[in-house]
Amino acid sequence: MNSRGLRSQLKDSVPVAGFCPQSQFGVQDSLRGGFSSVKNELLPSHPLELSEKNFRLNQDKMNFSTLRNIQGLHAPLKLQMEYQAARQIQRLPFLQSSNLALDTLRGSDDTIGFEDILNDPAQSEMMGEPHMMSVSQILWSFHPVSARKVPDVDVGGSYLLESKFGLYF
Amino acid sequence: MMALSNVLEAPAAGFNFENSSRNAALQAGLEGQTPRPMKTGTTIAGVVFKDGVVLGADTRATSSEVVADKMCSKIHYMAPNIYCCGAGTAADTEKTTDLVASNLTIFSLNSGRKPRVVMAVNILQDLLYRYRGQIGASLILGGVDCTGSHLYTVGPYGSVDKKPYLAMGSGNLAAMGIMEDGFRPDLELDQAKQLVRSAIQAGILNDLGSGHNIDLCVITDRGVDYIRPYQESQYKDHRTNKYRFRQGTTPVLTDTVVPLELEVVEEKVQQMETS
Repeated sequence: MNSRGLRSQLKDSVPVAGFCPQSQFGVQDSLRGGFSSVKNELLPSHPLELSEKNFRLNQDKMNFSTLRNIQGLHAPLKLQMEYQAARQIQRLPFLQSSNLALDTLRGSDDTIGFEDILNDPAQSEMMGEPHMMSVSQILWSFHPVSARKVPDVDVGGSYLLESKFGLYF
Repeated sequence: MMALSNVLEAPAAGFNFENSSRNAALQAGLEGQTPRPMKTGTTIAGVVFKDGVVLGADTRATSSEVVADKMCSKIHYMAPNIYCCGAGTAADTEKTTDLVASNLTIFSLNSGRKPRVVMAVNILQDLLYRYRGQIGASLILGGVDCTGSHLYTVGPYGSVDKKPYLAMGSGNLAAMGIMEDGFRPDLELDQAKQLVRSAIQAGILNDLGSGHNIDLCVITDRGVDYIRPYQESQYKDHRTNKYRFRQGTTPVLTDTVVPLELEVVEEKVQQMETS
């Protein structure tokens, strides 16, 4: 149920760079990652690392393409607009938001998985400096290609919603 | 900009793989002397009888060659009408069954219905397949729901099998032999209990990873009977003596008292405000 037809969808996944933990200023973190080597940075050190990074993305992709095949293009288009809207409801940039609307849309508000128990971002011990985070968010919003942390799902390969639709209704 | 220490990327929720390259390097360095997780090298079995399901398990947990727990409980609760026997890495079976139990409880609260065994099986299958066997849990689920009594097995890679009688764990070959010989459709409760008991017994006698007591769990539409232990091990720990020394065993030869002379160096009086 979770992994049908995975290979064909992987081309737009989250980029693989950034496997090695980095400390301040982008320097290799020897304590956590071992000595720096090119192989370490390009390849995942754990078989599950890549599939876990892309898991939600791939699941969404598959669900949307199934929905498109069954109900036609309008169904995933409408749903994606709702996802876009829900994703915009955030708190201040340095505070963790609960993403309740997004969870409700996805249906994951009444399930418990490892994402809710392990490494909960709301319980993280580190917080970015408020001023720098707000400034950085403003600067990123001026970037020509909307550089999001979570790239949107690509429906059918030819409709890129994020560059065409905003919240204009 | 993103490399500045003040601009933080919130860590992704779920498993964190930051230390895996370090762990791989450590394992290569330690050359096999790494600590081993606690496994339940086990015999677990289940059978569907006339009115429900009987699940059975032994109670030994091993950590490579040492018995880590003589009375561990391998039959886990999942729902009031569904129980699960777990073999494999002990922590994995516990946590996975807990997670599924929580999800089933949420479902019951949301919908007002009792969960079905097939729901638990589907959730488990998705979970275990997603982690590609890294979660070492082989489970036998049994339960009675509105559609009847069911017995399923889920392997660590996400394989599912539905049968009227099953055995899993390191002692499953011995247990399966007994099951194959003794199983009939529509057994009575006592016959079913005896069959599971003999199967687990065979596993205990013939497998090093299984031992000690036998636990049984009988699930019917009237309720659950968790019999722990159903049969106790014959190799019990009988201590013939008390090994505490009584008072006065050690004779006192000499007794020296040295009083500590304390000298008053400074005396200060401080008024306490009691108004």
